Amino acid sequence: MSQSNIMPGFRPAIGLTLVYLALVVLIPLSAMLLKSMQLSLDEYWAILSNRRVQDSFSVSFGAALIAAAVAAVFGFIIAWSLVRYTFPGKRLVDALIDLPFALPTAVAGIVLATIYEPQGWIGKLLMDNFGIQIAYTPKGIVVALIFIGLPFVVRTIEPVLQELDTATEEAAASLGATRLQAFVKVILPNILPATITGFALAFARGVGEYGSVIFIAGNMPYISEIVPLLIITKLEQYEYAGATAIGMTMLILSFLLLLLINGLQWWVRRRSGQL
Amino acid sequence: MKITKSLKPLFFALILSLSGTALAERTILNVSYDPTRELYQDFNKQFIKYWKNKTGEEVGVQQSHGGAGKQTRAVIDGLEADVVTLALSYDIDQIAERAGLLPKDWQSRLPNNSLPYTSTIVFLVRQGNPKGIKDWDDLAKEGVSVITPNPKTSGGARYNYLAAWAFGEKKFGSKDAAKDFVKKVYKNVPVLDSGARGSTTTFIQRGMGDVLITWENEAFLALKEQGAGKYEIVVPPTSILAETPVAVVDKIVKKNGTQDLAEAYLQYLYSPVGQKLAAKHYYRPYQPEHADTEDLKRFPKLELFTVKDKFGGWPQAQKEHFDDGGTFDQIYTP
Repeated sequence: MSQSNIMPGFRPAIGLTLVYLALVVLIPLSAMLLKSMQLSLDEYWAILSNRRVQDSFSVSFGAALIAAAVAAVFGFIIAWSLVRYTFPGKRLVDALIDLPFALPTAVAGIVLATIYEPQGWIGKLLMDNFGIQIAYTPKGIVVALIFIGLPFVVRTIEPVLQELDTATEEAAASLGATRLQAFVKVILPNILPATITGFALAFARGVGEYGSVIFIAGNMPYISEIVPLLIITKLEQYEYAGATAIGMTMLILSFLLLLLINGLQWWVRRRSGQL
Repeated sequence: MKITKSLKPLFFALILSLSGTALAERTILNVSYDPTRELYQDFNKQFIKYWKNKTGEEVGVQQSHGGAGKQTRAVIDGLEADVVTLALSYDIDQIAERAGLLPKDWQSRLPNNSLPYTSTIVFLVRQGNPKGIKDWDDLAKEGVSVITPNPKTSGGARYNYLAAWAFGEKKFGSKDAAKDFVKKVYKNVPVLDSGARGSTTTFIQRGMGDVLITWENEAFLALKEQGAGKYEIVVPPTSILAETPVAVVDKIVKKNGTQDLAEAYLQYLYSPVGQKLAAKHYYRPYQPEHADTEDLKRFPKLELFTVKDKFGGWPQAQKEHFDDGGTFDQIYTP
């Protein structure tokens, strides 16, 4: 360990970091690990190989991935409009973005369920015209997770876009690049790492989301049952070890996926010459 | 050193008693399930008055409501309930067994198996009963949408499930046939909420479903809150007796010094006032003679069976139907 910084305070800073991480992250997580170790490997496997548990994992991770992808695309467009254009009511729109952060997720879930249910404002339109039902199907879960995930994407892309000098695009244009070329070759490589970070945050948030999803999902076993609900169900049956086993698996899977996403980000940065 | 330490609590008590009577006032916590909210709001006021008249002491009663399963777990995990008034005896058994907070024979300590009131399971349908629902087998028909909560998380939903099962077993003659019947009913369920109130909301606010299977008291309450002319109660010819027991949590009241208060609180449920209030809030009182005849008229006569008669008691019903791999899991296995 060394200190490559002219500012003093390396020891207290790193000490505080370690204590904080231990108290807030490591100790609770190891308590969970200990609890799940009450199970033998066979029991652990029996819980995880259950069809219902596996289906809930595909529902949770699938919905979170789709929602994060949608949020990444639209979040990018929103961030772009907020940074690059001025329009009346821009500050208001900017404030609206953060609302999903502040709103209790249960409220979000109830509101979304009310709007997207087959009798609701949007739900009825979709049902009557296209025969699509959103609320009480896995699609409802995706809608809730997009709502929850969007601000993560917008707020991670925005500062990077602000930093990006418009002169680089002008330079590209003056060197004869088409608009598409300028976007794909100049802007996108600069923005992509931030977009991936936003995607990862939205995804991580979505996988563990309970409050908003539970009201709109319908919670049907094998179809629209998310992993956190299964954990709660296990707890209600006093199967604490089983619940922690599922929680542990979820944690490991999320960690691996986030690691993968971080790796992807690193690769993108390297390719675009930012590292 | 030792003396000062043991004096500390005394000092605190002194400061507390000086800083106002509100802090010194004894309070008990009643941990209950979802639909008893209105009953206990009313009952607590009466009890506080009664206690003040009897002893001169001002007391407080706090209530906590939620899905029965969640509430039970909260008490086991340390929520300091002086009394529990839950949806099924199995839940209080769990508190006795897993946390040892009260003796296992708790149910024999109060009259009528610790049941000051009971309820049953009925149907709530939309005005005019457009799907013509009269009995349990109408719920299995194609094109009928049924709203009921998840029996894994809701006590009321377990009664719903068992009532449908017992009907199926009686009508079709075997357990396999009963399972097929229940499977057909749950095929018609589009949403599984986690508690009884959640299902009521889905049925009333979201407009989902043709029929809500629910507590009798919850159905009456929905009629009262929504006004007449929107919904109707349909009482099937047979249903299940919902036994909703009450108990003092021994270890907590001993610790809090509230044993006399908690015991009097539950005894008061059995008094003429308590019985009358139960009937007023749509619970079937243990001693109907104390209730208003107008209130009693609302309870139609129907054939009621108990969990003990049909399923050999809650522990067995729980194991066979609701534990992992039980019949509820089986009917959903694709």
